[in-house]
Amino acid sequence: MTEPLLMLDDVRATLRLRGGHQTLLDGVSFEIHAGEALGLVGESGSGKSLTTRAITRMLDPAFRVSGEIAFDGTSVLAMNQAALRRYRSTDVGMIFQDPRAHVNPVHRVGDFLTEALVRERGVDRREAERRAVVLLDEVGVRNPEQRLRQYPHELSGGLLQRVMIASVLLAEPKLILADEPTTALDVTAQSDVMAILDEQRRARGLALLFITHDLELAAACCDRLAVMYAGEIVEQGAHVYHAPTHPYTVELLGARPSIDQRVDRLPVLRYDRETHELLKAEAS
Amino acid sequence: MTTPSTTSLAVARAARERRSAGFARTTADRLGVVGSIAAGILLVIVLAAVFAPIVAPYDPDYPDLLASLSGPSPAHLLGTDALGRDILSRLIWGARITLAGPGLVILIATVIGVLLALFAAWRRGRADTVITWLLDVLFAVPGIVFGLIAVAIWGPSLVTVVCGLAIAYIPYVARVVRGAALRERNMPYVSAAWLQGQSGTGITFTQILPNVQPIVIAQAVSSLGFAVIELAALSFLGLGVQPPTADLGLMVKSGFDSVLRGHPTEAIAAGALIVVIVWCVTVIGDRLTSNARSMR
Repeated sequence: MTEPLLMLDDVRATLRLRGGHQTLLDGVSFEIHAGEALGLVGESGSGKSLTTRAITRMLDPAFRVSGEIAFDGTSVLAMNQAALRRYRSTDVGMIFQDPRAHVNPVHRVGDFLTEALVRERGVDRREAERRAVVLLDEVGVRNPEQRLRQYPHELSGGLLQRVMIASVLLAEPKLILADEPTTALDVTAQSDVMAILDEQRRARGLALLFITHDLELAAACCDRLAVMYAGEIVEQGAHVYHAPTHPYTVELLGARPSIDQRVDRLPVLRYDRETHELLKAEAS
Repeated sequence: MTTPSTTSLAVARAARERRSAGFARTTADRLGVVGSIAAGILLVIVLAAVFAPIVAPYDPDYPDLLASLSGPSPAHLLGTDALGRDILSRLIWGARITLAGPGLVILIATVIGVLLALFAAWRRGRADTVITWLLDVLFAVPGIVFGLIAVAIWGPSLVTVVCGLAIAYIPYVARVVRGAALRERNMPYVSAAWLQGQSGTGITFTQILPNVQPIVIAQAVSSLGFAVIELAALSFLGLGVQPPTADLGLMVKSGFDSVLRGHPTEAIAAGALIVVIVWCVTVIGDRLTSNARSMR
């Protein structure tokens, strides 16, 4: 077995509050190998986004993080500032939920795409623009030369998310972190963007951590799934979607509405914090 | 099968027109009617001041002692002062210094203030505390006092008071910009740039500065009006520009003496020109400020 590209081992993030400690990530462990896609699913507030923030060390300084996060064998938590910047700019790429908020409104699309390459890697401006045009074309943006001269507000959400994907691919990372990349888009744009992301990822052999609420989508484009609840990964593996074993996962999968069956009431998840604690106590 | 109703088409067209108008906003749109008038007047004054050697009918320093304190006439449209110098020519030349001095004050204060503000907003923590404290101290002391201190150290001259006032005006720019920069640095696009591995300095100047720029300009123009008044006041007190140089503050002072002799033209003309300049600058500054706010 080769060494995993990204390894999280018993990662805990605690926030010191006035009333004591609040543990928001509670022993998260998973591995992503090179070229592999892991889908991270779970309800709102279960710690999915917090996990990506921990991986990129973008957590607020108020958090105390313990455990081990290793990228390519190097501890992320022990990196100094210079190594951290190199890691962020060359090793991981992040695609955000809301592309509009994550693009500087006063910069042209071309500047947004090339500024990291030009400023941080010393790539010639014209060469960077040439690469940007090629990539925009690959992610299905028509008239890429023209798009480079436009401002973000002139682009639609789906188009902007493609630009976002292009910007990540431009940096040639080994791992892509996608935090609900399609949640802010409408359904048709969703499937387009997802197809492009999946296609580009496979073509380049990049690893992907895909965060979503959409179980089907995650199952369709990921090799393995990990299900989070209350800051813990309750179940992970390739079997999760077809043969879940954890009660929460079973209920979650059972709660999906189906297009084939008519039901009067959708099932309600009965799994709550109390059940969760009880199960944990039983297991230990 | 439904066809789009005429109303919905009209609404769509109106929205499109509104949007294209928004994109192609002209300077006149941004400044409004009053603002445009103010900008027009200011432009005339600035052009006259810049081209003073061509525009001014007489040498502003040439004393025609035989024609001293003559009233308005076809030869001297605004008459002459106590030394027989043409008042209109002195107004035009005086506007040069009255505009350039405060302009320099605001330029220096803006550059230093913006650098301090961006640094404080980026570093936060102790650096921010120290800078904010420093700005509060500067803010508590009136600009005139800084001018007086500078004069006490280096003696009365235009350069001295400009330096003194420039320090006094730093907090006016810095406090507003710091607030705006603090808000910008919490925007998601800043963390996105951070995640691209960009440096703090890079993000400050390429991401945050362009976004606070309208506020910087609005604040600088608004402060300019105050700087004009304070610099003129210092000249009036004999601490700034020194005679015989033509300056509006100085002209109010020298005209002040002639008022008692029944010749108020010089003091009134110079004072009126100061008022007009300050009014124009303030109106433009107000418009720019409300534009910068409405962009948020």
